[in-house]
Amino acid sequence: MSGSDVNDKYVRFINVKKSYDQKNLVVKNFNLDIRKGEFVTLLGPSGSGKTTCLMMLAGFEDVTSGAIEINGKSVQDVAPYHRNIGMVFQHYALFPHMTIAENLAYPLKVRKLPTSEVNQKVKDALALVELDAFGKRYPGQLSGGQKQRVALARSLIFEPSIVLMDEPLGALDKNLREHMQYEIKRLHEQLGFTAIYVTHDQTEALTMSDRIAVFNDGVVQQCSHPSALYETPANSFVADFIGENNHIHGTVEDCNEQTATISLSRGDKVSALNINCPPKGEPCILAVRPENLFIAGPGREFDNVISAEFITRLYVGDSIRYFFKMSDGAQLMVKMLNDQDAPVIDPGSQARLTWATDRGLALDKPADKDSVAAA
Amino acid sequence: MGKFPRYFTIWQKLGLSGVKLTAYLVLLFLMAPILVIIPLSFNAEPYFTFTEGMLALDPSAYSMKWYEEILADQKWILAIKNSFYIGLMATLIATVLGTTAAIGLTSGQMPFQRMIMALLLSPMIVPLIITAAGMFFFYTQLDIAGSYMGVILAHAALGTPFVVITVNAALAGFDYSLVRASLGMGAKPVYTFFKVIMPLIRPGVISGALFAFVTSFDEVIVVLFLAGPEQRTIPRQMFSGLREEINPTILAVATLLVIISGLLLLTMEYLRARGEKMRAGDVD
Repeated sequence: MSGSDVNDKYVRFINVKKSYDQKNLVVKNFNLDIRKGEFVTLLGPSGSGKTTCLMMLAGFEDVTSGAIEINGKSVQDVAPYHRNIGMVFQHYALFPHMTIAENLAYPLKVRKLPTSEVNQKVKDALALVELDAFGKRYPGQLSGGQKQRVALARSLIFEPSIVLMDEPLGALDKNLREHMQYEIKRLHEQLGFTAIYVTHDQTEALTMSDRIAVFNDGVVQQCSHPSALYETPANSFVADFIGENNHIHGTVEDCNEQTATISLSRGDKVSALNINCPPKGEPCILAVRPENLFIAGPGREFDNVISAEFITRLYVGDSIRYFFKMSDGAQLMVKMLNDQDAPVIDPGSQARLTWATDRGLALDKPADKDSVAAA
Repeated sequence: MGKFPRYFTIWQKLGLSGVKLTAYLVLLFLMAPILVIIPLSFNAEPYFTFTEGMLALDPSAYSMKWYEEILADQKWILAIKNSFYIGLMATLIATVLGTTAAIGLTSGQMPFQRMIMALLLSPMIVPLIITAAGMFFFYTQLDIAGSYMGVILAHAALGTPFVVITVNAALAGFDYSLVRASLGMGAKPVYTFFKVIMPLIRPGVISGALFAFVTSFDEVIVVLFLAGPEQRTIPRQMFSGLREEINPTILAVATLLVIISGLLLLTMEYLRARGEKMRAGDVD
């Protein structure tokens, strides 16, 4: 392998499978190549296997079959304490009987660094996370956000090339979470480590990652850049899980490489981009983001128009959400900026909704659920 | 008798006072036999009863002579030495065994966890005389009955369940992601044990060790079966003292035992309070 090849495939999951009970696979055939210095997020609902993948990479869980490679070498036979991977846990995992400085010094003392160097690095690490004055305190005396900053500093202080984060912001409140997202991103850019981040929070994943692997049911549904995930989801699970989406049920009338024509229950024919549309005659789902669906009016009408009954509007502040009901009972939502154009509609009146063909996605119909409303 | 709520009827007042009185009587019933030996051990006369002089608080009716007697008697000196030697050795073994057993049993990887736990705790439940008889036959076969080793091993077996219980309780609040964090930072399992697990469960280990020590220190039945004349402990010597030469020396020894037990109890209470404080996160 050439040098650039190793850097492009710095961490590799190759056909990784994991089963705890020898019967059910928690992770089914996971494949992922991670570039050196990349920030990759494993995103998925709880129980989808994302944390298990992280634990296998850290060495806390065995791989049932398949291989995990770091820097071109298989790591299955390497003990977790020899892998040199930094890790941040959801509940911080700071040692409560040690001061913050002692916590930070721990990985350095394990590596038998000289005391003067340990002290210098601890000082630098405290400065890095802006906790200079807190070295002598105990973890119990810190707030949640401060603790997680210490945990972050501790995972970075021994300069691992890979840092794993298992829902590190899950225990923090919203404002703090946003601040910490920024903080983690800043450290990633400053220090250039390879980060693998696990979360079930899609906003967090979208704002922080270079690439996101969306997990469901032990399988990666799609692995791509945040914008690609949002704008061209590979299937209905991803379309539903990332952001909000309106789901319109219909039957495939005709489809080609680019677009699909779908007939709706009342006989309307509409079109959308063909993502993974089933063959002609099969039921399918048409997904339109609330911000791409508009209330038709003078000068605003696109390729597709359907009519729906207005139910109510929800005032959010910067935006207003309008809820409509289609004749087959499906609910649709239109999100509009709260500006002078925001219309006032009487409840119960009919409205015409419109969207551009290249803003609608024709998707497979998920097997088990019939969810109609936005996620 | 305290202040009653205003809505209390006379019968409720009487009832509550009765309950309180009974509680104090129970306390007296439990403590009196222990407390009464303390003044009696300072008796100037070789009796087990209060003399008229003692009741009149006449200083000449009190003396330290039974305490001096202990120090003068080789049998008592040997018994004290034996009790501490056997107690400390048994405690050491019980603590190591109990701590490792508790950690192993809570790690979640052990099959038949509950059954093994029940077996480990059985010496606490099985009547001591049965354990003692069983040990007697078993140790005779191994030719360690009537030796220090025999008594120490027997007491270690009796003390281990206490350590298992206290360490188990300490581990109940233990966050295993700390172990993963330590391993992930490059610390080997043994280093992790001594630097992370041990400091956090130490209060449990120490109180278990104290229980194990007290168990050995108080124990007389197993010693009756297994100890030769060389291994007589304090309780065993008191037991013969009661039968052979009745004098208040026994009371003096008993007073010393009460003081030692009391000190151990206070130590445990201190450790418990400190452990709780540490869990709350503001230890200094």
